[in-house]
Amino acid sequence: MSEASSSSEKKTWRSNGGTRGWFGRQPGWLRAVVLLVVAVLAYLLPYTAEVPLIGPQIVTQGIDWPSALFNMSYYVLLALGLNVVVGFAGLLDLGYVGFFAVGAYTVALLTSPDSLLHTKWAWAAAVPVALAIAMLSGLLLGWPTLRLRGDYLAIVTLGFAEIIRISATSSETLRGDRGFADIPHPPGSGSDGKPIFGVADATPYFWLGLSVIIVVIFAVRNLDRSRVGRSWLAIREDEEAAEIMGVRTIKFKLWAFAIGAFIGGLGGVMFAGEQGFMNSNSFVLQFSILVLAGVVMGGSGNVAGAILGGALISYIPDRLRGIEDPIFHTDLFGFRFAIFGLVIIAIMIFRPQGLIPSRRRAMELKDREREVAPIE
Amino acid sequence: MNFSGLIHDFGPLTITGLAQGAIIALFALGYTLVYGVLRLINFAHSEVFLMGTYVCLLVWGLFGLDQNSATPSTIAVIGLLLLGMVVAIVASGATALAVELVAYRPLRKRNAPPLAFLITAIGASLFLSETVGVMTKRNITGVPPLIRPRDVFVIGNMHVTNLQILIIVLALVMMYVLDRFINRSRLGRGIRAVAQNPDSAALMGVNKSRVISLVFLLGGLMAGIAAVMYDLKIGVTRFDAGFLLGIEAFTAAVLGGIGNLRGALLGGLLLGVLQNYAAGLFGTQWLHAASFVLLVLILLVRPTGLLGESLGRARA
Repeated sequence: MSEASSSSEKKTWRSNGGTRGWFGRQPGWLRAVVLLVVAVLAYLLPYTAEVPLIGPQIVTQGIDWPSALFNMSYYVLLALGLNVVVGFAGLLDLGYVGFFAVGAYTVALLTSPDSLLHTKWAWAAAVPVALAIAMLSGLLLGWPTLRLRGDYLAIVTLGFAEIIRISATSSETLRGDRGFADIPHPPGSGSDGKPIFGVADATPYFWLGLSVIIVVIFAVRNLDRSRVGRSWLAIREDEEAAEIMGVRTIKFKLWAFAIGAFIGGLGGVMFAGEQGFMNSNSFVLQFSILVLAGVVMGGSGNVAGAILGGALISYIPDRLRGIEDPIFHTDLFGFRFAIFGLVIIAIMIFRPQGLIPSRRRAMELKDREREVAPIE
Repeated sequence: MNFSGLIHDFGPLTITGLAQGAIIALFALGYTLVYGVLRLINFAHSEVFLMGTYVCLLVWGLFGLDQNSATPSTIAVIGLLLLGMVVAIVASGATALAVELVAYRPLRKRNAPPLAFLITAIGASLFLSETVGVMTKRNITGVPPLIRPRDVFVIGNMHVTNLQILIIVLALVMMYVLDRFINRSRLGRGIRAVAQNPDSAALMGVNKSRVISLVFLLGGLMAGIAAVMYDLKIGVTRFDAGFLLGIEAFTAAVLGGIGNLRGALLGGLLLGVLQNYAAGLFGTQWLHAASFVLLVLILLVRPTGLLGESLGRARA
C-alpha cells in the first residue's frame, strides 16, 4: 500500500511540474528571496575551499580556484549568448567563438601598446566600442546567411570563425601568435590605493563576471518572454509557418544573431581584461564546439540549462588539470576534449533534452518519439 | 594582390590545385553520400579520413619504414601502396561503421531532431581526433617517401609529376566506379530509393538500416583512398589533419551540390584549383579563408550548389 501511495505521490509531484512547478506557484516575495540567496551563494563561491569536507574536493588543483571560477564565468556568458541563437531561435551557429574573438581583439587593438592604432585607451573606454563592433559583426554574418537552412548555416558560421582565426593568425595588424601584451585591466582601486583588478587574485574578476551574468540573465529571460522570444520560438519550430502567421522572420533572426554576438563580445572583453595578453591561439575552433556542447548538454533553450552547461564545460577540464592519468602519464587536462566527445554522445543518446531541459523542447522531443514509423 | 605572379604561375598552380582537389573530391564523397540518404552532415567523417592516414602509416611502419628511410624498389612500392590502401580502406570503413552504430543509430531509432545528430557527430569527431592527438602527443608524424615526385612531362613552367598523375587518375577511376555502382547495381538502386523516400523504400522491401550502413561504408572506403593519397602528397599527418581538410571537403560537397556524386568531384577539383589561385593572388596564408569566402558567395547566388542536389528527392 505504501508503495502505491508513494508512486502516486511521485506522479502528482511530477505532474505538478516538479521543483520548478513548485517554484512557479510561490508568491513573488518568496521567489525573490530564493533567487537572492542563490545569488549571494554564487558571490561566495571563491571561498568554497573554506567549507569543511566538501570544499577541498570541489576546488581545482592545477589552477587556482578564483581563476577557474573566472573561466567558468566567461564560459557561462558564452553559453548564455549561444543559447539565444541556438536554443531560442534554433539557428545552429558553429562559429560562435568568432564574436568572442571580435570583442577581445577590438579591446586589444584599442588599448594595447603593441597595437598599430597607438590609442592606448583604458579598458572601460574600449568596452562599448568592442561590444558595438561585435554586434555589428553579428549582423554582418547574419545578413548574408539569412536565406540558408540549418546545415548550410552551420557550415557558413564555421567558416566565419575560421576566417576570423586566419585573419588573426596571418594579418600584420592582428599580430598572429605574437599577440597583444599589456592590455589594461578594468579600472578601480581599493581603499589602500591598490587596484582592485590586479594580476595576483582573480576573485574580483569573477565577481565582475558574475554581475555581468546576472544582468544578462535578466535581459535574456525578459527577451524570451516578450514578443521577440515568441517570434524566435515560432521560427525555431517552423519558419515557413511563422512567416505565414506574420512573424517577420528576417528581422528576428537578425536580432538573435546580434544579441548572441553582443553577449559573445561581452565574454571577449572580459577575457581580454583579465588575461592582459592574448594571441591568435586563444580562439581555436574547438572552443565554439565546446560551448555548443555546453548549451546542448545543459538543455538548449533554457537559461538555467545554459548556465549549468557553460559552467560544466569549464569546470570539468579545470578540475582534471594537474591529475595524472595512469596509462599515458600525461595531464588529464590533455584528454579534456576526448572526454567531452564521449560525454556529448552519451548525453544525446540517454538524455537528449539536456540536464535541465526547456519544458517546451522536452515535449517537442516526446512528440517526435511517438511519430517514429515502426519499420526498422 | 599579385596578378603578375598569378599569371606567371598559372600552370603550376593549376596542376597542384587539381591534385589537391582530387583528394578533396574523394573525401567529399563521404559527406555527399550520407547527406543524400540521411539529410545530415556527418561531422565525424573527417576522423574517418584521419584514421586512414594513421593506420596506413602504422602498417608501413611495421615494415621498418619511416620518413627518413630510402625509397624502396618499384615492386616493393607497388606492394606497399596496395597494402597501405587496403588497410586504410579497412580502417576508414570500420571507423565509419562504428560511428554510425554508436552515434547515429540510437538517435535514429528515437527520431531525434537533426541538431541532435550533428551534436553526437561532433562528439564522435572530438573523441577520435583528440584520442589520436593525445597518443601522438600532438606532434606531426612523417610519411616514408614511397614515391619521389619526378617530372613526367613539362608544359611551359608547369611540371607534372608522377604523384600528381597517380592521384588525379586514381580519383577519377574511383569516382567512375562509384558512379557505376550507385547507378547500375542493385545495392545502388536501394541507396537511391532510400534517398528519394525512405518510408516508401522500406515499404518496397529495401532494408533501410543496411542501406544506411552501406552508405557510411562507401564514404569510408573513399576516405581511406583519399587518406593514402594525402599521406603521399603532403608527407606528414597530424591529429587535426582530418578536421582541417574535412571542412574543405564539405565546402567542396556543398559547392558541387550536396547529395550529388558528380557534384562532389566537380566541387573538389574546382575548390582545389580556386584555392591555389587565391593563394597565388593574396598569399598562401589566405588559402583556407578563400575557400570559405567562395562557399558563402556560391550559397548566396545558388544555394543548391553548382549541379544541384540529385541523389535524393527535390527539397520540399
